[in-house]
Amino acid sequence: MPTLTIDGKEVTVEPGTTVLQACEEIGVEVPRFCYHERLSIAGNCRMCLVDMEKAPKPIASCAMPAGDGMVIHTNTERVKKAREGVMEFLLINHPLDCPICDQGGECDLQDQAVAFGGGKSRYDENKRAVEDKYMGPLISTTMTRCIHCMRCVRFSSEVAGVEDMGALWRGEHTEITTYLEKTLDSEMSGNVIDLCPVGALTSKPYAFTARSWELKHTESIDVMDALGSNINVDTRGSAVMRILPRLNEDVNEEWISDKTRFVYDGLKKRRLDRPYVRKNKKLEEATWGEAFEAIKKKLKGVKGDQIGAIAGDLADMEAMLALKDLMGTLGSSRVEGRQDGAALDASVRAGYLMNSGIAGVEEADYLLLVGCDPRAEAPVLNSRIRKAVRHMGLKVGRIGAEADLTYKVEDFGDDAKLLKSVPTGRHAAAKALKAAEKPMIIVGQAALAREDGAAILKAARDAADKYCVKDGWNGFNVLHTAASRVGAMDLGLTTEGGVNAILDDAAAGDLKAVFLLGADEIDTSKLKKAFTVYIGTHGDEGVKNADVILPAAAYTEKSGTYINTEGRVQRTEKAVFAPGDAREDWTILRALSDVVGETLPYNTLAALRTRLAEVAPATATLDEVPTEAWGDFGTKGDIAEGAIKPIIDNFYMTNPIARASQIMADCAQAREGVAEEATGTHG
Amino acid sequence: MLADKDRIFTNLYGFESPGIDAAMKRGDWDGTKDIIAKGKDWIIGEMKESGLRGRGGAGFPTGLKWSFMPKETDGRPSYLVINADEGEPGTCKDRDLMRHDPHKLIEGCLIAGFAMNAVAAYIYIRGEFFREAEALERAIKEAYDKGFIGKNACGSGYDFDVYVHRGAGAYICGEETALIESLEGKKGQPRLKPPFPANVGVWGCPTTVNNVESIAVAPTILRRGGAWFAGLGRPNNTGTKVFSISGHVNNPCNVEEEMGIPLKELIEKHAGGVRGGWDNLLAVIPGGSSVPVLPKEICDTVLMDFDSLREVQSGLGTAAVIVMDKSTDIVKAIARLSEFYKHESCGQCTPCREGTGWMWRVMERLVEGKADKSEIDTLLDVTKQIEGHTICALGDAAAWPIQGLMRHFRHEVEARIDAYHAKAAE
Repeated sequence: MPTLTIDGKEVTVEPGTTVLQACEEIGVEVPRFCYHERLSIAGNCRMCLVDMEKAPKPIASCAMPAGDGMVIHTNTERVKKAREGVMEFLLINHPLDCPICDQGGECDLQDQAVAFGGGKSRYDENKRAVEDKYMGPLISTTMTRCIHCMRCVRFSSEVAGVEDMGALWRGEHTEITTYLEKTLDSEMSGNVIDLCPVGALTSKPYAFTARSWELKHTESIDVMDALGSNINVDTRGSAVMRILPRLNEDVNEEWISDKTRFVYDGLKKRRLDRPYVRKNKKLEEATWGEAFEAIKKKLKGVKGDQIGAIAGDLADMEAMLALKDLMGTLGSSRVEGRQDGAALDASVRAGYLMNSGIAGVEEADYLLLVGCDPRAEAPVLNSRIRKAVRHMGLKVGRIGAEADLTYKVEDFGDDAKLLKSVPTGRHAAAKALKAAEKPMIIVGQAALAREDGAAILKAARDAADKYCVKDGWNGFNVLHTAASRVGAMDLGLTTEGGVNAILDDAAAGDLKAVFLLGADEIDTSKLKKAFTVYIGTHGDEGVKNADVILPAAAYTEKSGTYINTEGRVQRTEKAVFAPGDAREDWTILRALSDVVGETLPYNTLAALRTRLAEVAPATATLDEVPTEAWGDFGTKGDIAEGAIKPIIDNFYMTNPIARASQIMADCAQAREGVAEEATGTHG
Repeated sequence: MLADKDRIFTNLYGFESPGIDAAMKRGDWDGTKDIIAKGKDWIIGEMKESGLRGRGGAGFPTGLKWSFMPKETDGRPSYLVINADEGEPGTCKDRDLMRHDPHKLIEGCLIAGFAMNAVAAYIYIRGEFFREAEALERAIKEAYDKGFIGKNACGSGYDFDVYVHRGAGAYICGEETALIESLEGKKGQPRLKPPFPANVGVWGCPTTVNNVESIAVAPTILRRGGAWFAGLGRPNNTGTKVFSISGHVNNPCNVEEEMGIPLKELIEKHAGGVRGGWDNLLAVIPGGSSVPVLPKEICDTVLMDFDSLREVQSGLGTAAVIVMDKSTDIVKAIARLSEFYKHESCGQCTPCREGTGWMWRVMERLVEGKADKSEIDTLLDVTKQIEGHTICALGDAAAWPIQGLMRHFRHEVEARIDAYHAKAAE
């Protein structure tokens, strides 16, 4: 461990630490633009120059490994001069348009110019101007502001795994571009907006809508996928203005997917903001009282076993518990939480969790994907896998549909039947799992949502049992696609026959009433005969055959408990109020219980959470990944021949909020190459 | 003056054939197997003793550089890369070496490659050197055909390949790490050091990058002994050197001479003297465009070697002597160099990307005198802000000519500013 002296203070650091990191450890601030701890070192901005004794020139501290006995000075006249010089160079061709720049208030260049700059410019020549580039519907460019730190280029090629960005030309004519001026072919592209230290790359949807200092920040979590990425919801008044990532090393590091970041305009569109009741085949606006009365009237004489309920992908645990309790008072235990029909088994908790943990990917040395496309289902996880492949020597194999995951994958084919030979050890994948020290299997919902899902689960479980479950390591993982799913499983929202049986029974007339808690990914045409109550946020699939619509709160409008795919309990926080008459989901169910059955025994969120902790003990501890006992789950059975088909066909359209979002629609179009905008450099 | 017997490049002017038979008559490929048989340590020892300093401009001791390569492989192969991207304005020595005496280089590749355990040599040749690349390819084929390189090179039991890789004409690709990037197929931009190429070079493997001339002289040094080479020139500046003399001389030429020859003697003896006589001399840039210019007073006495030129705040660089007589607009000449560096800056790091353009624009105005005198100091300050603050030496190379100009010809610049303002006042 090298010991070096920085500004007279001695510090001992881990081998491989850079001088800049060593400075940070003892609280010495070194300005920088190009350096970013999650990207490779470029050393090109030259802002972090410091003096090293015995070195003839100042050194770039971001690129210099800390060595034993180094003597570093960060406060000499030469360092000050060097910083002022670099600052002056950066500013000579930077436009003075801070008042109209969206980066204003959170601009590294602005901040560091004040802190380390010389205060005035001596440059009297003309400034350079650069043509703006088209980078898709998410990223707005003002390339004249670019300081060529290459963070975006490095992010694209290293983290996002697409070689879509780069620098053209050279010298002062260097331009950052997507070469052909097209949309970045990545689900992670929005992160370059955060990475850009100046206002060259800013958010297109957010452009000119707010100043950063006007915004209220609410720490929350994301529900677009099952990772539970940590986010900041930035609001002004009653509107969500933008969503930014929040640091959580174990979950999303500091990245979020484009869906997480830009879905927010969907929170304002197609919202259900008042109750509706169907009269004469037409939905009509109603008061809460009228809506509840209508439900009461329809439920009269309906027996408990003629009522069913389905919880959707975005439901919080409080709402699902209230739904379950309400159904209980009505005499029904038919509440289903596996909207996609996946054959998850609630009996063993380890059987539906990502037991290795998201960060565990970095420890693993072999990963077998079974019917799982992490790039579409959880892009942030995919970047983590890519990181492990690039830096930690992880090898990846796949049984399932081929898709470009941005790293090398050994494809074994997409026939589910292959899975039979994995637990027996005959398959090549089995040999790789066996040879690995910390092997992982990730089972995706695409595999489990098949008819023979239970048998596939069993086969994966058996393979994991044989190769992946060891002392201190459980390599069996389920990657969920829905934020609500693990919570639903913890609450035991599983029924015989699952969601399909509910729909079929409703179509057959055996089920008289169905409650949908934000369930939009189902075929609602089967609900025509049944009396359907839809509790949710958007006018999406779920309302099509609904008889009563009760408007609820979206994830930014309530404090809700979610458990992510690895079993981590996290909560969203209320950033804004739900629109119009919409109410938080659990309060709707609690109020409805007053009218239709027995009053549910909780009047406050705290009381509900106490009950939640009784039903699902895991929810008592926040932000921790449990170690669950291994067991037997799945059902032995025949695995049918046939391809495992991808479960997500359009990454941008996976839930009602996303489908309501114009930005997501633009993204989907742009990725397909339908809509490309011409800019100045398009001839 | 260098005696003919001590001349290394005996076909510098192409009076004889560059082919392998003629080259062998001149002594190339003589006893190469014996040299290799003496072992790596002996070769590196002799090179160190010879005192040869790198001929590409920086003057780093060649033997020492070779000794940095790993003695034991960790599984990665080692490579020798020859820098034939001769782009420094004024320099044209490597061009003639490759054109007329390519076997010296190829033999040097083998010996140097053997000394550093390299499996192959890549000769990165400037894209514009089309005929030279052809000459090299021809010579390499001849050497392969004779069994001098390839499997069991020269019967030594050592396998060694030589490849030619053509560049695309960027000055920056002459910087060793940018050259490596370019060789790998990437954009030619210098890498950060550390790690140095001897550790992490081409494709992440240990690599040494040497100038053409440094490698081409090695076989002769090893045949005649390091002591012979060290006996030429001055201490710490030993041996012979090919000087490229261009500009306002009667007979521009490449010439091999002893290190430490007086500049005046070099020009008068080999280049036919300055146009219009020595007294018509205005200034000389002694080592390629990037070193500071010297006025006549200094040129009268200065010796042409690394240390002597450093003492007068210039440098030997590539030993490309650019002679300017009194008809030269010295400000315009330096402004032209500034434009060159602005054009060739790779754009990677801030001071060079932004500073070269700034300096050039001010220089352009100074040519006319359309400036304030205080701008001279500002300009000098800008050169100081670039110098030493960049990833590679291109920033320094862009700063030095201007510093040289202001050191010796500031009066000229000021006079021009006065004249401009006087005319404007009329």
